[in-house]
Amino acid sequence: MKIHEYQAKEILRQYGVATPRGIACFNVDEAVNAARKLGGKIWVVKAQIYAGGRGKGGGVKIAESLESVKELAGNMFGMRLVTHQTGPQGQTVRRLFIEEGVNIANEYYVGMVVDRSSQRVCLMASAEGGMDIEQVAAKAPEKIHKLFIDPIAGLADAEALDIAKKAGIPEAGRSEAVALFKALYKAFDDKDASLAEINPLVLTADHHVLALDAKMNFDDNALFRHPEIVALRDLDEEDPLEVEASEHDLSYIPLDGNIGCLVNGAGLAMATMDIIKLYGGNPANFLDVGGGATVDKVTEAFKLMLKNPRLKAILVNIFGGIMRCDVIAEGVVQAAREVHLTVPLVVRLEGTNVKLGKQILADSGLAVIAAENMADAAQKVVKAAESA
Amino acid sequence: MSILINQNSRVMTQGITGKTGQFHTRMCREYANGQSCFVAGVNPRKPGESFEGIPVYGTVREAKEATGANVSVIYVPPPYAAAAIDEAVEAELDLVICITEGIPVRDMIRTRYKMQGKKTRLIGPNCPGIITPDEIKIGIMPGYIHKKGRIGVVSRSGTLTYEAVAQLMEQGLGQSTCIGIGGDPVNGLKHLDVMQLFNDDDETDAVLMVGEIGGADEEDCARWVKDHMRKPVVGFIAGVTAPPGKRMGHAGAIISGGKGTAQEKLAVMEECGIRVTRNPAEMGKLLKSVLS
Repeated sequence: MKIHEYQAKEILRQYGVATPRGIACFNVDEAVNAARKLGGKIWVVKAQIYAGGRGKGGGVKIAESLESVKELAGNMFGMRLVTHQTGPQGQTVRRLFIEEGVNIANEYYVGMVVDRSSQRVCLMASAEGGMDIEQVAAKAPEKIHKLFIDPIAGLADAEALDIAKKAGIPEAGRSEAVALFKALYKAFDDKDASLAEINPLVLTADHHVLALDAKMNFDDNALFRHPEIVALRDLDEEDPLEVEASEHDLSYIPLDGNIGCLVNGAGLAMATMDIIKLYGGNPANFLDVGGGATVDKVTEAFKLMLKNPRLKAILVNIFGGIMRCDVIAEGVVQAAREVHLTVPLVVRLEGTNVKLGKQILADSGLAVIAAENMADAAQKVVKAAESA
Repeated sequence: MSILINQNSRVMTQGITGKTGQFHTRMCREYANGQSCFVAGVNPRKPGESFEGIPVYGTVREAKEATGANVSVIYVPPPYAAAAIDEAVEAELDLVICITEGIPVRDMIRTRYKMQGKKTRLIGPNCPGIITPDEIKIGIMPGYIHKKGRIGVVSRSGTLTYEAVAQLMEQGLGQSTCIGIGGDPVNGLKHLDVMQLFNDDDETDAVLMVGEIGGADEEDCARWVKDHMRKPVVGFIAGVTAPPGKRMGHAGAIISGGKGTAQEKLAVMEECGIRVTRNPAEMGKLLKSVLS
């Protein structure tokens, strides 16, 4: 799960991470009032969307007067902000964060992720602050310094100091940097984060260390013990179809093709998308109905796929294990009746109760194109989509 | 010999009194030697009870001492599953198979840390389990699609493994052991660990490895295969069409920071002498083609 920058900063402040002062707002009046309340002569107006790369897309601007805050906020509210992470359609700006200006002497990068190889949380720091860290990682990986944190002992002062030195933070800022790294890890660990990123971390002209930006993602599997994080969820930032799917316990991700796929199991679902592409087609979605699909769940899955106006054909690929093919077949039949299926449907069933499943489909009178195996299914659905 | 489990394994079910634990313990018991292999259940709140004749103990240690069980399979719900693994590790079982899906990563980081230097091996979590066909099945895979043979199968997913097995069967190829290592980012045995076991198993002639996007486990395994493997290995990686930054069902199946793409994995595997296919319908045929 993702949250906004201002929310991440609020969490981090609770753990003692220093940030500039700021106020979140939902309309222009609130933005101007926020700037007035913060005082000073320089403010930063920051669009709050989940995607990164906001600065380059025009979502972060400096204002040197209240009039300017008003004008910038007016321009930003409702704009479709396009960044390298939003896709070409962009993301509508509905929230702004007004922050006091900071006199920056130097910028750094600090990040935390779960490292799969060492099976520990990895602290990364670099002198290349403010840059796209993925670019740095690709072109100059030696400029990113890493530390794998002992899950029981936590982050030790000496380790944090070492990383601060390696990242080039000067003597004057190091003790604050050490405190910040430790606070960041505490927050990461306490809140079951999957990613935390401060880019840039800044050293101010008067030698203070501040998190100028903040990004946090959380482990979906741990949300059951963090209602305070769940409460921060902003549904406007999520794909409405993905939200609807998650309500039915379906794993659904829209893609840009025209062949809908309904599959049980994530690996098989990916492989099904791959084979459609291999035979010249284009998958419209990833959809895993999971191991415990019921007739109703399959029906919901069909409804989701059919909301896609580009949809030209559907492929159902099921390998029944615990999930029985007859249950899937009944779901397909019920769904086709309920939703008035208007596109060709190719079904490949294998595994538990496969004969019964095929029989149910054959007896239903539905125009189902039966497939014998994955290759046959992919070829048939690609052909059906082309001629639809 | 097969790897990790055989008809002499003695298994306890942690979470035997839950709906899932009951259902799958029953299915496993009905498979091959399951009746004599599944000997105990564990539930801290229900010691002294029994499930269809299987005695239930309050702790893993008690179950081990009373029945000689050396393997555990876990169906405990996600908030308590990591602690269940810890208990099995503390009791010094040989092997723990954690089926549970949805364990917080933070819990698994601590559990894996505590496992350092311990004898217990872990398969999973979030996995279908392990089967040595016609001997013993520990997990949720459909037993009847398998047949005893000489091909090893290792995979990160569930149904895609069943698909791979079905394709092997179409080619007339049975399996020595099939293992689903699970789709979570922090887990127990990796492709590499399983490959080493298959290399040393004189009842395995060749290995089919099925991977997916995310992490670098397949690459690590491929590099080891290049230098050490004495048997043919073929592979498939799911997710060539997966978009970056999107979690494809499994918590571990995500391309992040430009790393963990299927193309990259396939390229490394090929460089290391592993024959790969980009067509998931050709896994069985490809394996057949490398047998001499």
